[in-house]
Amino acid sequence: MAAADPLSHVFSALADPTRRDMVARLTLADATVNELAAPYDVSVQAVSKHLRVLEDAGLVSRSKDAQRRPVHLKAEAFDLMTNWIERYRRQAEERYQRLDALLADLPDEIEGDEK
Amino acid sequence: MTANEAEIIVNEQVPMVEIIREFDAPAEKVFRAHVDPKLFVQWNWPDGFAVTFDQWDCRTGGAYRITMAGEDIEGTVHGSFHDVIPSRLLVQTFTADAAPDVVILEKHRFEDLGDGRTRLTATSLVESFEYRDSFLDAGLVEGFARLDQLLADMPDDSGDQR
Repeated sequence: MAAADPLSHVFSALADPTRRDMVARLTLADATVNELAAPYDVSVQAVSKHLRVLEDAGLVSRSKDAQRRPVHLKAEAFDLMTNWIERYRRQAEERYQRLDALLADLPDEIEGDEK
Repeated sequence: MTANEAEIIVNEQVPMVEIIREFDAPAEKVFRAHVDPKLFVQWNWPDGFAVTFDQWDCRTGGAYRITMAGEDIEGTVHGSFHDVIPSRLLVQTFTADAAPDVVILEKHRFEDLGDGRTRLTATSLVESFEYRDSFLDAGLVEGFARLDQLLADMPDDSGDQR
């Protein structure tokens, strides 16, 4: 990985529905390129290309041993994404806690138009 | 101030983010805190943000333009109020002046739960997954810098966060 902006890499890699689907399947178990290609109406070559994008983004790795070379999902890349979404959620939560405080002292009557 | 935790749903099928949050206040008040600029300004931005409402015409067919300046971020955003239905629904667009091609559709649904409680469902829909993700990112200026740092020398075992 070591890219200047690893997260953008991760997200542009996952912007493609086929690649998202491949990642989803890899969350269940490691798989070979052939196994990954099976459900799609595309060549093994095309799947290899998708895999390279996922590899460059640091989302998957392939073991060097044997011809099987199963593809493995790198958990830390996923942790990072989860953290990132969690951060966004927490930011919203902080905003809404400020709203809680405001609502606690908000008087009932409304100035201006009411429905 | 108990079980009112924000829940986030990052949609897999469409480039949308959904935040669901409950409040110990009636829908009328939660709605009012979104549409009255004097109230909105009190909670929507972190402390230290200078916020100016250049325009704020919160009614169906109205529009807004807000200039804000914080520590790491400043700029003007604008949009249209597509639908404003008191205590129920607020639909608006959101665009940063700096990126006029990117339009986000925001919808706030206010649901009266009875007993003076309200559930707010806020969805943001963008044009593509890439935009969606950069939009998520835009809210995270300081966090993102720290994340980059964290990534640069990320150990294999990343147990502790928060």
